[in-house]
Amino acid sequence: MLQIENLHATVAGKPILNGVMLSVPAGEVHAIMGPNGSGKSTLAYVLGGRPGYEVSEGSVTFDGLDLLALEPHERAAQGLFLGFQYPVEIPGVSSLQFIRESLNTQRRARGEAELSGAEFIKLARAEAAELGMDAEMLKRPVNVGFSGGEKKRAEMVQMGIIRPRFAVLDETDSGLDIDALRTVGAGINRIMRAPDKGVLLITHYQRLLDYVKPDKVHVLSKGRIVRSGGPELAHELEREGYAEAAA
Amino acid sequence: MNEAVKNRELREKVAQDYEWGFSSDIEQEFAPKGLSEDTVRFISAKKDEPEWMLDWRLKAYRAWLEMEEVDWAKLDIPTIDYQDAYYYAAPKTKPKLGSLDEVDPEILRVYEKLGIPIEEQKVLAGVEGARKVAVDAVFDSVSVATTFREELKKAGVIFLSISEAIREYPELVRKYLGSVVPQRDNYFACLNSAVFSDGTFVYVPEGVRCPMELSTYFRINAENTGQFERTLIVADKGSYVSYLEGCTAPMRDENQLHAAVVEIFAHEDAEVKYSTVQNWYPGDAEGKGGIFNFVTKRALCSGDRSKVSWTQVETGSAITWKYPSCILKGEGSVGEFYSVALTNNRQQADTGTKMVHIGANTRSTIISKGISAGKSNNTYRGLVRVLPRAENVRNFTQCDSLLLGSECGAHTVPYIEVKNPTATIEHEATTSKISEDQLFYAMSRGLDQEAAVALIVNGFAREVLKQLPMEFAVEAQKLLGISLEGSVG
Repeated sequence: MLQIENLHATVAGKPILNGVMLSVPAGEVHAIMGPNGSGKSTLAYVLGGRPGYEVSEGSVTFDGLDLLALEPHERAAQGLFLGFQYPVEIPGVSSLQFIRESLNTQRRARGEAELSGAEFIKLARAEAAELGMDAEMLKRPVNVGFSGGEKKRAEMVQMGIIRPRFAVLDETDSGLDIDALRTVGAGINRIMRAPDKGVLLITHYQRLLDYVKPDKVHVLSKGRIVRSGGPELAHELEREGYAEAAA
Repeated sequence: MNEAVKNRELREKVAQDYEWGFSSDIEQEFAPKGLSEDTVRFISAKKDEPEWMLDWRLKAYRAWLEMEEVDWAKLDIPTIDYQDAYYYAAPKTKPKLGSLDEVDPEILRVYEKLGIPIEEQKVLAGVEGARKVAVDAVFDSVSVATTFREELKKAGVIFLSISEAIREYPELVRKYLGSVVPQRDNYFACLNSAVFSDGTFVYVPEGVRCPMELSTYFRINAENTGQFERTLIVADKGSYVSYLEGCTAPMRDENQLHAAVVEIFAHEDAEVKYSTVQNWYPGDAEGKGGIFNFVTKRALCSGDRSKVSWTQVETGSAITWKYPSCILKGEGSVGEFYSVALTNNRQQADTGTKMVHIGANTRSTIISKGISAGKSNNTYRGLVRVLPRAENVRNFTQCDSLLLGSECGAHTVPYIEVKNPTATIEHEATTSKISEDQLFYAMSRGLDQEAAVALIVNGFAREVLKQLPMEFAVEAQKLLGISLEGSVG
């Protein structure tokens, strides 16, 4: 589904990714783990198409489509969702307005019918309830005044409403307490565990993987995948640290 | 991306044509070119004005000759040749009409091309539940269609072109004209007093809540024709009225001078809401053409507990010089100013407000949102003055500036003069840029760059936009997006 070949990328002229090779077939959840500075967030941003993250070599295909040739909003319309490590505040724009406009723009781009106001509100309320978020919060400006944990939960509500085909989740677990972690984990499984969907779960710690069982775990170090394995690799990393595992 | 490349891309993207630039050819009947006592007499005669009105105009004209243009604003104003302009233009036939159907189809087509939702049409088409908005359509200088007069008459509300009001209600007009903005107030107000061509008069009698929102769409449609609108709104004791003014203008090469005066007089317990969406031709990317907009808008909260709110969305004009103000004379009177000013390309705006607290327990609120793009300059200039006998005054001022690109300017110039120690004055100001984080976040959810910019800018301006009546708010939101298309690289 997602095919990353020999991906090199620079930020402000500095090489960060140095030949990432990775393949996520449909129906699978892959975790990417690695120490700080290994290039995890850069990988997420490159997949999302963030300006300033320049690809110098390699390719990324998404269901056979050249992902790197698309603008960020076109990637979204193709079904890619990027869950942000630090979700951004947009003052004066309610979450409801933001998600509805996003969703309907995507649907228009795909030639699908837009959701009516009533349909959308119903969907948004249902997703908020599933993720243990007070629906009233959706009336507030996007992420403004939200705690770290609330922002992450709000990202998952967005994902639940948008229903992407592939999600790149960048440290979605950080800032969550243990109860929130369980809810968010269940949400990821519910929304994204399907034969035609895929997830790239970027995380520093093993703990989210207790709730979202990965099919594969990859270790990123210095901009390259240095080890790949099954779920047991995450536990090994947790026990022995990245220095050992990456060696 | 380095700055030079970024700036070049910005410039290219900002180069966006004025969407509604066109002109229609309705025959004009011009006053002789240039400005003299004869011009003033011509205008007055054209309008069948009584003697006192002509005298009033002539007095203003003579005063104007002695005055000088203002130069304290942060504006680069080219020399204006006042003799090289026409001061009066009117559609050739001046029909007395009962409905819009009878209006020259050419004029109606202009409105249609502008895509302005003339609520009038809805109501005429018999759309049930359509909110009634009376449109006193000012086309060029003369009102060609005034409707809803009957319904308003039932409520006792007078809503007329000011020319008609001078003929039909001379005592009322004479009493209030110039009572809020004296002739000699400033250069442009004085010019307007001499040559004002038309405008609107509103009188809401004691205890009457005006049954509909009053709306006037101003248009400029004649080459080299200065527009000198005069608006006078009088709200008697305990009355309420909401007034909407909006404008777009056809594209022209020559600069067009506009010097309007709006006066609002609020008696005891009266409330007036005045909302403006201004989208006159701003000139091309190099700043060629475009309207010079020198406007004097002032409200006198004369009676106790009276209240006036100004809400403005300013996106047009090459030069904007405009400070809708409130003189808070009545005890416990309230003044509000909500403003969004957007400048792009080489537009210049120097706009803000004056809140003059004379009475005790008077309160004022100022919310100003400036948005600058291209090579434009956007200045908030505001005065909060508390006179010695004004006890327990409260003012809250918030000025936020948003920058798009690195070649534009945003300036905040607050003047605070407090002569009474019991006053509470708060002033907050912020300046920010649209962040790449916000843009990327919105784009990663599926919005293209222009939609993302429009969304963020509308969020920034929300506190002001939500003050607008619903039908205006929608138009204003679209306008902000259109005015900024492609302004972020």
